Amino acid sequence: MSKVLEGLLYSESHEWVKVDGKIATIGVSDFAQSEMGNITYVDLPEVDDEFEAGEEFGALESVKAASDLYCPVSGKVVEVNAEIDDAPELINEDAYANWIIKVELSDPSELDALLDAEAYKKLIEK
Amino acid sequence: MGTFSYFPHTEDDIRQMLDRIGVERLEDLYGDVPAGFIHKGDYNLPDAMSEQQVRDFFEGLAAKNTRLKVFAGAGAYDHYTPAVIPYITSRSEFLTAYTPYQAEISQGTLRYIFEYQSMICEMTGMDISNASMYDGPTAAAEAVRMAVACTKKKTRVLLSETLLPNVVKVIETYSRFSGTPLGFIKAENGQTSLESLKAELAAGDVAGIIVPALNRYGIIENFEGFADAVHETKGVVIEYCDPSALAVIKTPGEWGFDIAVGDGQPLGIPLCYGGPYVGFMACREDYVRKMPGRIVGQTTDAEGRRCFVLTLQAREQHIRREKATSNICSNESLMALYVTVYMSLMGPKGLKKVNCLSYGGAHYLHDELLKTGKFEEVFDRPFLKEFVLKPLVPAEKLQQKLLDAGFFGALSTPEGYVSFCVTEKRSKAEIDAIVAVVKEV
Amino acid sequence: MKYYDKLIFELSKPGRCGYTLPENEYGIHLKELPAELKRSKAPELPEVSEVDVVRHYTNLSQMNFGVDTGFYPLGSCTMKYNPKINEEVAAMPGFTGLHPLQPEKTVQGVKAVYEAMDKALAEITGLSHFTFLPCAGAHGELTGLMLIRQYHMARGDEKRTKIIVPDSAHGTNPASAAVCGLEIVEVKSKANGLVDVEDLKPLLGDDIAGIMMTNPNTLGLFEREIGEIAKLVHACGGLLYYDGANMNPMLGMVRPGDMGFDVMHINLHKTFSTPHGGGGPGAGPVGVAEHLVKFLPETVVSGFHGNFGVILRAYAYILMLGRQNLKYAGMFSVLSANYIKESLKDCYKLPIQSVCKHEFVFDGLVNDGSKEGVEGATTLDVAKRLLDFGYHAPTIYFPLLFHQALMIEPTETESKETIDGFIEVMRKIAAEAAEDPSFLKSAPHCAPITRPDETTAARQPILRYHKEI
Repeated sequence: MSKVLEGLLYSESHEWVKVDGKIATIGVSDFAQSEMGNITYVDLPEVDDEFEAGEEFGALESVKAASDLYCPVSGKVVEVNAEIDDAPELINEDAYANWIIKVELSDPSELDALLDAEAYKKLIEK
Repeated sequence: MGTFSYFPHTEDDIRQMLDRIGVERLEDLYGDVPAGFIHKGDYNLPDAMSEQQVRDFFEGLAAKNTRLKVFAGAGAYDHYTPAVIPYITSRSEFLTAYTPYQAEISQGTLRYIFEYQSMICEMTGMDISNASMYDGPTAAAEAVRMAVACTKKKTRVLLSETLLPNVVKVIETYSRFSGTPLGFIKAENGQTSLESLKAELAAGDVAGIIVPALNRYGIIENFEGFADAVHETKGVVIEYCDPSALAVIKTPGEWGFDIAVGDGQPLGIPLCYGGPYVGFMACREDYVRKMPGRIVGQTTDAEGRRCFVLTLQAREQHIRREKATSNICSNESLMALYVTVYMSLMGPKGLKKVNCLSYGGAHYLHDELLKTGKFEEVFDRPFLKEFVLKPLVPAEKLQQKLLDAGFFGALSTPEGYVSFCVTEKRSKAEIDAIVAVVKEV
Repeated sequence: MKYYDKLIFELSKPGRCGYTLPENEYGIHLKELPAELKRSKAPELPEVSEVDVVRHYTNLSQMNFGVDTGFYPLGSCTMKYNPKINEEVAAMPGFTGLHPLQPEKTVQGVKAVYEAMDKALAEITGLSHFTFLPCAGAHGELTGLMLIRQYHMARGDEKRTKIIVPDSAHGTNPASAAVCGLEIVEVKSKANGLVDVEDLKPLLGDDIAGIMMTNPNTLGLFEREIGEIAKLVHACGGLLYYDGANMNPMLGMVRPGDMGFDVMHINLHKTFSTPHGGGGPGAGPVGVAEHLVKFLPETVVSGFHGNFGVILRAYAYILMLGRQNLKYAGMFSVLSANYIKESLKDCYKLPIQSVCKHEFVFDGLVNDGSKEGVEGATTLDVAKRLLDFGYHAPTIYFPLLFHQALMIEPTETESKETIDGFIEVMRKIAAEAAEDPSFLKSAPHCAPITRPDETTAARQPILRYHKEI
């Protein structure tokens, strides 16, 4: 059974979001990493790239699959996690401790459209 | 139906198989095809031939072609193919295998592709090579797409006017449909102009440029300042190169370029009327994820032994579908084996000698032709094995005389020049003979 | 097959050489080249003798499996026997020694080959003319799509930028469409594995360039409603592209042109028996219906005249089989596929019960041996275990419609004895799985290597040889 952390917001495309003021930290859920299997590479955006909510910002690769990452909120990338660039397996080890990007929110009201832990659990149980 | 040697089915086999399936006749296996689509009667094709008839037939066709002493290049070079190459490449374990999906029983293919990649890196001075592409011009067209993918938000790619016409044509075809705008960098005295490049870069939106190492006139170009100029505007530089020549001339790596492409044909692949050849593509490490085509990597098996697999496949069409780096799937694996065996046999010294002989022969022919008084020099630039001259006699007449004497040379260029090429396969006696024919024109 | 661990670089010893070259008679040497154009350091290629090279590559070949080694039921790849006369023809010096730019009058034999192949392929496919420039199937797809776009653009119909592709399509279809600047619209398959015509209808409009289909499709099923689909797509102004990867079972029986297709490619390395060469060279000539012939010269997609050597081999194959035998190639391939399907469907899940064409897809084992605390055997495990018995594995995990897809294509060149042997082994493997799946999970046990660590290969890529210092 995949872990779902309380207190985070989730997208239907399996990204999680943690909000701290204007900054949203974004990663992928434990469910997403377990579906992918051994992650071999994370295609990361660059700092200052801007994304709309729902837009692709990168991708996860495993040996036999690739899965696009969708930005759950609109905003500008302020930081990318360089550690996962060198060691993508960290996401397999702990998908919540190893975030992917931090985004400066351009429209905090978009957060209302995301799922809470309860709703996300229901989604992945389907 | 009679029996045929590629079909092992006897009447009895067919009966038993149909019984297991539970249908009466072979035709019933097409019961799901609407009757209107079933082809009626036989194809309008020749009757079956015996193997001997087929051999005789093709010998007859081959005899209708004229074998000539080749003094032409323009993208296909008549270098010698050592006997070992066809011997190895016709081994059925290589020849009749498919793409090495099952690594456990494909270590032969995977190993030689790994060796091929390593050798291409050595030749070009690049970090990474893919497992090969269709031919040089398609590799160039793919590199143009790759340049756009490497440089976010820029769209335009500049082509040197000195690229071979068939390379330009294929790039133009691909780009017309993929929507990549192209521009040209002008030539000056047979060499890509740095001034023209700078002017185009100043106009902006340049994702990359592509320039030839040995150009359409056979000239060895000097790219001093090119890499800096393009990198300053965050573009990439692609070099279209002759891999045989790279054994002696400055490499794309040494010029500071980003992607190297070209045709592997000069490395021991027979002319064969233009194909099959093999395209190669190599790049700097930073761009590996943008590179099209298959890539082989080293790893270990469950018992810790060194082995090889197809890797970084998440870039490819069978996983990424429309988001793949390219639609290319299989490459020209067997032709990659040709060039791998060739480079193994030749080594650094053999390749140097091939270039030295080609250089010597080409310069000798060049000088002798000028002495005939029937040509004028066009460019004052260093060349390797191919050169152009301006004919002072009608080009068609010249070509015809050469053909009549069994030579293929004096290829017309769109600029009104004629080109000649000499490889190590041509002897001094043959060169003297072709010059003698020219004198008579 | 035995494990052999050398790379050619590791056999190198300075001073050895594997070539013989004439002496330089010209008195002109490379040292005259300007220093700024010279390479600073010689490439680190191996220095080995001729016998080193021959032994090394012979040893490598012995770790490889080809059609000549054994049965190769790799779905979607049509691994039929590659006749040896083809090789002899392609090696004739009267063909191999020709420069691609030689004047037409000196290559009359070559011209005859292209003309005859154009005619033969037109007859076999029901289309008008072919271009021989594409070097592979995917290359043919790209070329065919270019022709479709060209057709629309020439009519000033610029807005047709979408192409419909079934969800069961080969991965190359959407990839080729993307390279051609087309946007992909997916049409769903029904539970019976065929394109859902009702799902297709609302997709059709004035922005549709066409549809790409393979028939039989990637499940090996004939798209029965192709007549209706062709009518609908043509009515909306689009064209039909036929992916010829699955053309083999249609030989002699059904012609793409008659089904309403406007453009297609043929994989000469599948249907017409030219060897796959470990992944190329192939050839993917593209044929078009009459109304598109005028656009053929616009698609200059390779450097000279395509893979002439491959085209020669395919022509030899057509002449060997001739009018009398060609039609049985398709039929026998279908016979063999259905025979295997019917002989194994009690041990392997057959998701769609229907007559198949040249290939079919199982969805894993009926009994994978899984129980409390024991993971069942997967399609990958079955594939790896097959290697132990001297068979190449089928195509696995494609098409994506099924999670445990195992796609089997026997071709017409395999005897009933070979096929019966394969069936017996497949049944034995199914029994082994039911008994103890872990045994399959450690397969292959008899190949030159055991399963490679693909994760490490992708995480820390080693893509070239470096001399150990």
